[in-house]
Amino acid sequence: MSVPAIESPRSNTTVTSAAPPASTERKGLSKKEIAADHPTWCPGCGDFSVLALYFKLIEKRKLWQEKITTVSGIGCSSRFPYFVQAYGAHYIHGRSLPFASGVSLSRPDLHVFVFGGDGDMFSIGGNHFNHVARKNIKLTCVVMDNWVYGLTKKQTSPTSPLGFKSKTDTWGAVDYPINPMKQAIAAGATFVARTTSTNPNHVMQMMEAAMDHDGFSFVECLSECVEFYEGAFDASNPRKGGAFNLVPSGHDVTDETAAYKLAGEPFPGYFGIFHKVNRPTKNAKEATLNASTREKFKGLKDWQILQKSFDRMK
Amino acid sequence: MSEPTPSAPQTGSSPTISTINEAVIRIAGNSQDGIQAIGGFLARLAGRSEQEVMTFMTIPSTISGGPSIFQVRIGSGEVASAGDDADVLLAFYQHSYEEHIASLKKNGIVLYDADHVEPKPEWQGEYHHIGIPISSLTIEAIGGTAKDKGKNIYSLGLLAKMFDLNVPKLEALIGERFGGKDVSVLNNALAAFHGGYSHSLGQVFATFKFAESRHKDGQQVVLNGNEALAYGILAAGVRFGAAYPITPWSDVMEILRRELPKYGGTFVQCEDEIAAISMANGAGFAGRVAVTGSSGPGVTLKMEALGWAVMAEVPLVIIDVQRGGPSTGMPTSVEQSDLNLACFGSHGDAPRVVLAPSDVEDCFYTAIEAVNIARRYNVPVFILSDQAIATRIEAFTSPDLEKVCQDISPDLSPVVDYKPYDLAAVDGIVRRVVPGTPILSGRYPVAGGLEHDELGHPTGSPKLHMQMTAKRRKKLQALALTLPTPKVYGPPEGNVLLVGWGSTRGPIQEAVDRARASGDSVSSLHLKHINPLPPGLDNIFSGFNTVRVVEMNDEGLYGYGQLAGLLRARFCDPKIRGINKTDGLTWKVKEILERAKADINAGLHKL
Ligand SMILES: Cc1ncc(C[n+]2csc(CCOP(=O)(O)OP(=O)(O)O)c2C)c(N)n1
Ligand code: SF4
Ligand SMILES: [Mg+2]
Repeated sequence: MSVPAIESPRSNTTVTSAAPPASTERKGLSKKEIAADHPTWCPGCGDFSVLALYFKLIEKRKLWQEKITTVSGIGCSSRFPYFVQAYGAHYIHGRSLPFASGVSLSRPDLHVFVFGGDGDMFSIGGNHFNHVARKNIKLTCVVMDNWVYGLTKKQTSPTSPLGFKSKTDTWGAVDYPINPMKQAIAAGATFVARTTSTNPNHVMQMMEAAMDHDGFSFVECLSECVEFYEGAFDASNPRKGGAFNLVPSGHDVTDETAAYKLAGEPFPGYFGIFHKVNRPTKNAKEATLNASTREKFKGLKDWQILQKSFDRMK
Repeated sequence: MSEPTPSAPQTGSSPTISTINEAVIRIAGNSQDGIQAIGGFLARLAGRSEQEVMTFMTIPSTISGGPSIFQVRIGSGEVASAGDDADVLLAFYQHSYEEHIASLKKNGIVLYDADHVEPKPEWQGEYHHIGIPISSLTIEAIGGTAKDKGKNIYSLGLLAKMFDLNVPKLEALIGERFGGKDVSVLNNALAAFHGGYSHSLGQVFATFKFAESRHKDGQQVVLNGNEALAYGILAAGVRFGAAYPITPWSDVMEILRRELPKYGGTFVQCEDEIAAISMANGAGFAGRVAVTGSSGPGVTLKMEALGWAVMAEVPLVIIDVQRGGPSTGMPTSVEQSDLNLACFGSHGDAPRVVLAPSDVEDCFYTAIEAVNIARRYNVPVFILSDQAIATRIEAFTSPDLEKVCQDISPDLSPVVDYKPYDLAAVDGIVRRVVPGTPILSGRYPVAGGLEHDELGHPTGSPKLHMQMTAKRRKKLQALALTLPTPKVYGPPEGNVLLVGWGSTRGPIQEAVDRARASGDSVSSLHLKHINPLPPGLDNIFSGFNTVRVVEMNDEGLYGYGQLAGLLRARFCDPKIRGINKTDGLTWKVKEILERAKADINAGLHKL
């Protein structure tokens, strides 16, 4: 993004110079500095690993607190921001993406990370997902997919496989599940990746690549709910006798059809970047629009621009 | 045309010129006839002539058109409403003639298109009929290709002649409207205008001249309510907004989408209203006071997210341009039936601020006030506008923009420590520190919808929930103390007090004037601050035998409307009752008078 859509806030420059420490080169935040409340997740929950890797990313990439914002909706996974010692927002169920878009579009100086669950993102928030993807709003979205509603204690989720016995489908899920990867590709997401919380190195790689993508970056991270869907992802975990298959080396990430095909492979499928293309972000498009519009009003104060409009209404 | 009323036609005598103080002109045709354009020209002309002006229009809710009217009231004195009855009716079709003749004053003038209207003999004695083959004369003036296109401008010429309007100013307005396009378009428009202007109205008829208007300070601007709201939002320094289209709100978002880039801001058209308020909440959280808006159905969708803004204490401005409801209801009609939604919608105890502008000028300043309350108190603020104020055009003194425009971009200077929900803060008001600001203590806040402690961490503590609930409420109680007590219109004591809110101020105050002129003891009070209510209302109420809340909403199960319900709950005063209507039309002065008359005649003593 070249020019910010909205001019950067007033004292941005002071901030950088006033940021401690001045003497030595500023280090990335340590785990101690970036960890906040102790996570409320059940012991063994896959979400722990995602949080630990987010801390690592923050440290490695020097994402100081004044550079990022962590946003979530509602769900076990969405508790995420409370565990991070940085600006965060715990928004309402399903609407984290439009909220995060508001942050992203109005504050070009911040990188926005969104964390959420499968219900949050693909059921109640399903439509927002499509639109953020097509608009290519610059932010990183990690869905901790556990194929179940965790927080509300075991109801069917839109990613629950057929036959999954939940409290709302005691006889087994009857509704055909959503495939998050297909959904993202079809909606026009410009970065689509898949990982699993049981492979920390791979999670880290995917999060880094997502963060570096200029646009809407989506990562589906399988994250087991040990409480309500134990063993859901065993088939993808070599330690449980499963297979962790990387995206084939010959795969062309710019080929949408190839990505869609890859997404259709039966579980455990593949892990890695399925799709990555460059398309201008909404942030950049709005910024270009603003720059060309403002060119016509160069040197005028805001009230003088408004005065021009009022003069036409005389 | 108040005084003098046009004298009856005297056959044979030469046209007289009467000086008038005001005139109500109703133009009736189909929506595709460009009726709004004639009204708009007249309104703008009045503004440029330092006259007061107010308009009223109805538009069909279907795109393909249908009957439509535009009424404009122009006056040299104060004009507070669009007028009950018209002095002049310009009727393009038989249906326009038949449906609107009743809105004409006795002895009023009906100017009709003789190509389409067959006048009725029984009405000819009551109203002055002037038939002009407008359609064919327009074609004669500009040629056949124009078809129906120039009739409106031709008629404008007729009216200009009839009211001795300023021709150079009208030509300039026509030039502004049609200039820039193909020159032939402008030439046709001017030809149509002059065709109408030079057409003889007949020797039998009087023409009129407006009295010199009282000189007003400064330049006048002419806007409708939606425009005034949008420009007010810009003046207030808002640089981010998001919404989903819906009538009659859409104009506001269209203007903001078009204008914000000039100021380096962005307006986003979202996939739905929930996304819109969520984006606005995101921007508000990030340090911008953001705006969203809609009409009833869309505002309803925003309610869960509104609760989040209350809980997280994030500033937000929500505009509701009300229309007839519930559901899709009457999309292009007016109603004041979202007051309860604005005051009480959402779940839990969710205090928020509700403001209602009373005229077009007030829309501009209310927008600024709403933004400033939102950012000072970190609370969502509703602006309750409505379809009538949104579409009506008024002239008012151009604001001193250098003075009123403000810069509210966030300040990211580092802070030592930050407690977003500090319980010790005076009146519960804490200055927000927003993302991007270094906090030297290393303790950073999370804004969330869960009940929280002073740092924003979730809590299930009964004590904290009580304290935080009280904190959110106290902010509004503190705000209430700063609000001015509204002034009574008319004597501060008397028999009947009419109470209104929002767009109805004009007709209510005219009703007071007329009632007083006929010796009845009637005053009125207009509320702009609906939630919280300003102090001192109980004192005012105690000066009257009866309080009647005049609202465009249903009288409800118990005989009073939405504001009346709020006031009764607040003051436990059974003398507060309602005067309500749900016809989707603005109040006529005489309707209010008739309804209030019952009280005035109820044997209650006259002061
Ligand atoms: C409007 C609304 N509806 C319902 C809920 C209840 N609710 C909270 S989280 C949730 C589902 C959580 O599932 P998921 O998003 O998959 O997250 P997980 O807990 O599995 O991480 C539901 C239904 C709510 N908080 N708000
Ligand atoms: S219920 Fe499931 S998803 Fe929620 S914390 Fe426990 S294990 Fe994790
Ligand atoms: Mg889940």
